[in-house]
Amino acid sequence: MTNPAGGSSALAPKVRLPALRRAWALIGAQNISLLLALLLLVLFIGLQNGNFFYASNIATIGTTVAIVGVLAVVQTVVMLLGGLDISVGSQAGLTSVVSAMVFMATGSALAGILAALALGLVLGLLNGVVIIYGRVNAVIATLATFAAYRGAANLISDGRAQGYTGMNHFFVFLARGDMLGIPVLIWILLLVALLVQLMLHYTDIGRNIYAVGGNATAARLAGIPLNRYIIGCYMLVGFVAAIAGVLLTARTGSGQPTSGSQGLELQSITAAALGGVALQGGRGTIVGTILAVILLGVLENGLIILNVNSFWQDIAQGLLLVVAVVIQQRRAGGRGVGLP
Amino acid sequence: MLSLDSVAKRFGAVQALRGVTLTARAGEVLALMGENGAGKSTLLRLMSGVHQPDDGTIHVAGVEMRFATPIAARDAGIRVVVQEPEIIPDVSVAENVYAGTLPRRGHFFDRSALRARLEQDLARYGFSGVLRPEQMGRSLSPAQRQLVEILRALIGQARVIAFDEPTSSLSDHEVESLFRLIGQLRAEGIAVIYVSHRMKEIFRIADRILVLRDGATVGERLAAETDEPELVRMMVGRDLSALFRRSERRVGRTVLKLSHVSTEDVQDISFEVRAGEVVALAGLVGAGRTELAHAVIGDTPLLSGQIEVDGRPLRLASPRDAVRAGIALAPEERKQQALLMKRSVRDNICLAILGRLQRFRVVSRSKESRIARHYVQELRIRTPTIEQEVSTLSGGNQQKTVLARWLARDAKLLILDEPTRGVDVGAKADIYAIIDKLAAEGSAILVISSELPEVLGLADRIVVMQGGRVRGELDRHDATEEKILSLAILEDAA
Repeated sequence: MTNPAGGSSALAPKVRLPALRRAWALIGAQNISLLLALLLLVLFIGLQNGNFFYASNIATIGTTVAIVGVLAVVQTVVMLLGGLDISVGSQAGLTSVVSAMVFMATGSALAGILAALALGLVLGLLNGVVIIYGRVNAVIATLATFAAYRGAANLISDGRAQGYTGMNHFFVFLARGDMLGIPVLIWILLLVALLVQLMLHYTDIGRNIYAVGGNATAARLAGIPLNRYIIGCYMLVGFVAAIAGVLLTARTGSGQPTSGSQGLELQSITAAALGGVALQGGRGTIVGTILAVILLGVLENGLIILNVNSFWQDIAQGLLLVVAVVIQQRRAGGRGVGLP
Repeated sequence: MLSLDSVAKRFGAVQALRGVTLTARAGEVLALMGENGAGKSTLLRLMSGVHQPDDGTIHVAGVEMRFATPIAARDAGIRVVVQEPEIIPDVSVAENVYAGTLPRRGHFFDRSALRARLEQDLARYGFSGVLRPEQMGRSLSPAQRQLVEILRALIGQARVIAFDEPTSSLSDHEVESLFRLIGQLRAEGIAVIYVSHRMKEIFRIADRILVLRDGATVGERLAAETDEPELVRMMVGRDLSALFRRSERRVGRTVLKLSHVSTEDVQDISFEVRAGEVVALAGLVGAGRTELAHAVIGDTPLLSGQIEVDGRPLRLASPRDAVRAGIALAPEERKQQALLMKRSVRDNICLAILGRLQRFRVVSRSKESRIARHYVQELRIRTPTIEQEVSTLSGGNQQKTVLARWLARDAKLLILDEPTRGVDVGAKADIYAIIDKLAAEGSAILVISSELPEVLGLADRIVVMQGGRVRGELDRHDATEEKILSLAILEDAA
């Protein structure tokens, strides 16, 4: 290290970091390692099968990750707060069914979508209320609603796909349309990610979310209304899960109680953890989560292209989640006894 | 039996012990006295292997020992009975006592053997009828919990048993049984070390009394040859006056008024804090001062009584209401309760004012940085930049960061709970100067402090608490360390 002002007192504050280190700090070690992993993965798959690089394949990856992506973004928000939402997939399933059924009943795509979004808010509110006023651990609360919401979806749909949206222009536009050559699904993912990123980074709301997750007691003593934040975040998850539900309906052409939404909770949590969101809350970024979502999407696509037995998908996902958390724990340097 | 020779221990900037010598003899009760922070607890932790001395030696029965872990000390026959022993709540007394050495037959746990063994031991130590072997850990009274811990010690062939303020959670009746037990231990030739503030107890059971102050030995007396006033005199008398400055303060309106406030921990508290004055809340650790502070900022509910701010009664549902009314707390546990350790100095300073810096919910980063820089300079927070992670700062600078947070918020009433705990002398002087300046500028300040020189150096008025109640109020001009300490410890003082 060079000392800029030679001979000045030792107490003088260091004025600037070297440019390289500043850039490094800006992007973050976590994101750089994710980018490297992504690059290696892309190279590996691409070398095995050149079809990987076709634009159509890239677009396929983009559209498949869109639904997981929006959920991973809001999962990041609750995890920053120190919580977790296991019920995201069930919420998406239930709102998907409802959007299709309301659409069939009214003939209006807008009505179907609005009904789904409103229901999403209610589902999120319910999660938040159980956690706050029932004093139920977030994992247990959302595990319970994970089962209950899925049950509700199966109940109202009789366990079958509902309605048909394939003739509606708007649903078709959502599923297969594109703007400026980029699929609408990807635009929606980018929009959700951008809005949440702006909220987290530039507003007092976002800063308080980090504060609550970093040290809830300190946040409370500083006058931040914890309950409002926690319930609000779960409602945000419900709202975005409803967007995911609508996208699910649009992509498959009908309301899906379970197929398509199953496993979204695992994927969204894996993406957030892999993207560097601390399970204890308070640390993590949307950029990291999005990179992790892309990584997971590429991995999934690669395994299909390389003709790997699809059951390996789940094993790979589970492994990645464990690896991501192990890396986090190592980095945090926490020591302790008993269960973490 | 056990001797510690000129042991020293330093924690960061704080020299907790500077060469203390202690000798515990078999068949004798040695009492350990001293103000809060005099070094008693550290001494116990050294002999029980929780910490290792930086300097000095420990001998057990003439053999020099180095305790790397609490288990090593335990194996050498030294047990410390803490105020709240570790009790496993959902297993029986018998399993609690023998945890780790349960009798087995093959791989099966032998319940009847365990029971027989415990009953035998209970009878041997004269505890029959006090503890039922099958009682569950969670239903034990505080005294019974201590009994379990003592039993663990006796069964482990302890030769030295130290008690850390054992009677603070016991009823009178239980105290009597404890004293009988200590008498019995002494008769059996065990060396007993007894830490307490309660004079009466000390004179009842102690043979010798060792007084500590500022991590050093002040003196040792035979219990028969000393009296209460002499001990109080020995405990007080640190000279820190050079650290304090006192500007002209002009006392104004009443900012905080407590009338007959009671919570689960404190009873019938009434006093006032006015603008431009520093009121110190003195007393021993556990006197209910921190609990009172948490009630005033709405963190714990009031059972009865009223809190007024600027003459208006305050309804507190959560700390948010207090913060909005202009009350701020810098808590004792600043790392756990005040700081976002992984965030920057700037984020920590601006935590409570983000709502004011936003427009259309967007927080102005430049305003934020300007404010943070202003307070870093004004309070002389030593940090390379305002982006520095708070966990890398020293205790004193962390405390100043917490103060900055509330100065930025323009709090009318600042409650500072042990503001200089774990802070080095230089930063201490800075913090005292900040408090003095704030008072001179008209803030109302309530300082909770267990350090008597600090109380006397800062306060205009001193409210002394003992056992959850106010024991007395002293004006700065007629307060002395002895008067404060008497109010804080002597039970008959009114």
